[in-house]
Amino acid sequence: MSPAGGAPASTKLSPLAARRLVERARSRAGGATRTLSAVVRAPTWPGSVERPVPRRNVGADYDTAWSRTPAARAARAVLVEGVTRPFVRAVAPPTILGADQLDALEGPAIFAANHSSHLDTAIVLSALPARFRRKSVVAAAADYFFDRRWKGDLWSLWLGTIPVERARISRRGADLAAKLIDDGWSLVIYPEGGRSQDGWGQEFHGGAAYLAKRCSVPVVPVHLHGVRPILPKGRNRLRPGRVEVRIGTPLWPLAAAASGREEDARRFAARIEASVAALADEAETDWWSARRRAAAGLTPDPRGPDVAPWRRAWELPDSRRAERPQKPISSWKPW
Amino acid sequence: MSPRPGFVLEVDRSTPPTMLWHGDGFRQERFPVGTRVVYPPEPVPALADPDAAIRHALEHPVGGSPPLSALLRPGMKLTIAFDDVSLPLPPMRAPDTRERVIGAVLDAAAAGGVDDVVLIAALALHRRMTDDELRHALGSRIFDAFAPHGLLRQHDAEDPDAMVHLGLTDQGEDVEISRRAAESDLLVYVNITLVPMDGGHKSVATGLASYRSIRHHHNVRAMQHSRSFMDRHHSELHSSNWRMGRLIADAGVRIFQIETTLNLDTFPSSFSFLQRREWEWTLRDRAGFHGTRAALERTPPALARQIFHSIRSPHALASVQAGEVEAVHDLTLANLYRQQLVQVEGQSDVLTMGLPYLGPYNVNSVMNPILVSCLGLGYFFNMYRGKPLVREGGVLIISHPTPWAFDPVQHPSYIDFFEQVLAETTDPLEIEAKYEESFATDPWYIHLYRTSHAYHGVHPFYMWYWGAHALQHLGQVIIVGGDRAAVRRMGFKPASTFADAFEMAEDVVGRDPTITHIHNPPVFMSEVT
Repeated sequence: MSPAGGAPASTKLSPLAARRLVERARSRAGGATRTLSAVVRAPTWPGSVERPVPRRNVGADYDTAWSRTPAARAARAVLVEGVTRPFVRAVAPPTILGADQLDALEGPAIFAANHSSHLDTAIVLSALPARFRRKSVVAAAADYFFDRRWKGDLWSLWLGTIPVERARISRRGADLAAKLIDDGWSLVIYPEGGRSQDGWGQEFHGGAAYLAKRCSVPVVPVHLHGVRPILPKGRNRLRPGRVEVRIGTPLWPLAAAASGREEDARRFAARIEASVAALADEAETDWWSARRRAAAGLTPDPRGPDVAPWRRAWELPDSRRAERPQKPISSWKPW
Repeated sequence: MSPRPGFVLEVDRSTPPTMLWHGDGFRQERFPVGTRVVYPPEPVPALADPDAAIRHALEHPVGGSPPLSALLRPGMKLTIAFDDVSLPLPPMRAPDTRERVIGAVLDAAAAGGVDDVVLIAALALHRRMTDDELRHALGSRIFDAFAPHGLLRQHDAEDPDAMVHLGLTDQGEDVEISRRAAESDLLVYVNITLVPMDGGHKSVATGLASYRSIRHHHNVRAMQHSRSFMDRHHSELHSSNWRMGRLIADAGVRIFQIETTLNLDTFPSSFSFLQRREWEWTLRDRAGFHGTRAALERTPPALARQIFHSIRSPHALASVQAGEVEAVHDLTLANLYRQQLVQVEGQSDVLTMGLPYLGPYNVNSVMNPILVSCLGLGYFFNMYRGKPLVREGGVLIISHPTPWAFDPVQHPSYIDFFEQVLAETTDPLEIEAKYEESFATDPWYIHLYRTSHAYHGVHPFYMWYWGAHALQHLGQVIIVGGDRAAVRRMGFKPASTFADAFEMAEDVVGRDPTITHIHNPPVFMSEVT
């Protein structure tokens, strides 16, 4: 208290002092804002310096190395055993035939299967013995499964997919697959390059045969029967049903002495395709009939007849049909 | 990915502000459009297995030298000399390269049954190292095995009994080096070559020599005739050392030289912004820079200095070569040039640089004004091959606080040099003629050099001579943000800002000068064509 009883002199602020205080506070706030802005905003780029092309971590460039780390493999084992296999058992319980063909196999192999549905990979992985299932990668279309970062993350974690280009021959994809096979990983691959459009098979590409020759590993033909009706291409609603997984005899590239001349990748691919076709025939008939027809060169062509599309659809076996269920007519009011 | 080479950026309107050292702090400057900024190369990969590389070098020496193991035998006298605390900068994380190399040499000596082994820190006229510094450089295993028995020594250039005069070179230069080294059956020298000035015959002919010997090349004439002293083949400093080195060899001193280069990964990841180009700064770099700068502005200078001097560099071994001195050094230089050279086309009117808190002669100490001059006009200015980055008559602008501050323990003679000598004249030739002898022979400085941790009485003279070539070449030196009185004492011009400094420079070199800025860290060398 001042002697006069008024407010203490120190509490009074002259207009000049008040203005200075405000200016100082404003200056400090401005400085802090500028610093914050300098931290948050990315620096500008000098015009004379070439900008590096940012590495695309999508498509064929997606780096899947992380998905083969011990932690990711452990997570994948949990997902496959805890989600994928129960799911497959629920919607497409598979009957596995010929699993004994794998008993004698040591080391990695290439599993070449026909492809008609998104469920194929889940079914193949469910059907493989644990020693293959736990150390397998799946060749997946780079333009479909890796076109978004999140999709690449999801599928490489869940199914162990690696990107392969369908539109062109890519050394990068082949080198990665070869390196992984050399490192002891098995490869699940669909030599048709994509799901069947109409239920009939497609020509096999040479990738599986090339990798088998390059890495000196066998190709195991696999045929999936009855999957297309459950989830065909172009549909996203499941129609549960039973499927059959046939595992064929592992095929090795024929050595020069056995064939008279060295079997090239193209011929080997044709042999793989024929082997899968024989398994398809077996699914429609029986093992003995299919074997006899295969021996006589009379195995039906899984690619179907080369006729008009409607006739191809007409000829399609029931097991590959994927017609939409007809909706019941709830009411009929002609007037 | 292989490291990117250095390059020259031409500043344009979209170039972000350039980061530069300002002593114990940093600043950002927007240089005028058209300024050239020379960026250093990125650090090279470290050797995957440095210990194996060292063992390989010892057993596969160059220059016709037998393997180290073949030179070791029972009953022999072995001396291992090593570079002192001035290398590397900043001090590297343990294990120091010297620990690795000397450890391998001692393993070989033990296997060869050698009992008489002495380690000598090759101080020349530098200060004695502290026990902690020795322990850090050599590791506890070596320190504890040798120090308690008096077998870990520090070179004493003023101990008449410990020196031996080997003769005169054909130019009449005295060659006087450590008696123990000269009289050993084998002298192994363990070097760290951080800049091209280091190593070669300079290791022994300077590191283990006396003032009587060193004065023949640490003088104004040698400095002014070294273009530059970082380029051995155009350096009078090195020519003199080479003459002495050959005389030492002719006198029968057998030297097994081990030289190493580091990858110049100079600062730890918490200071990653220092070695990254500004436009590539990540959020972490930007936060690191602004956070560090803000913190340093609020930190007392002594504490800031302490923090900086506690930094241990992640330097890693990039190459190691051993054998005959000259053959080894040729390889070392080739490795160093491959790592450090940046091609620059043409000189400019103005050269700018930001100087850090640390130079070779103020480890764990303050960088006094003479050392600022030495680092800027000596080291950084001379980091060229061909011709200087700035034209003759051009201007050098340095950013450094340049405090009028000295460490009385490490730099006692510097204080008197600054107070008495520079108050009279800044002309190196006059200083050399009038004052050097008295400082060099002053008993008090000699006593402090021998018993404390003080640089020799003559050392501030050498540091001033280090800038003699630059002083002769330049039209003006401006220090931005420096203590005005200290800057003026050295004959330089103080400026508050770079903008002011450029205005002042125009008075010397004319309007719209061409400007080149050297960006550091790490250190690098410009090849100016």
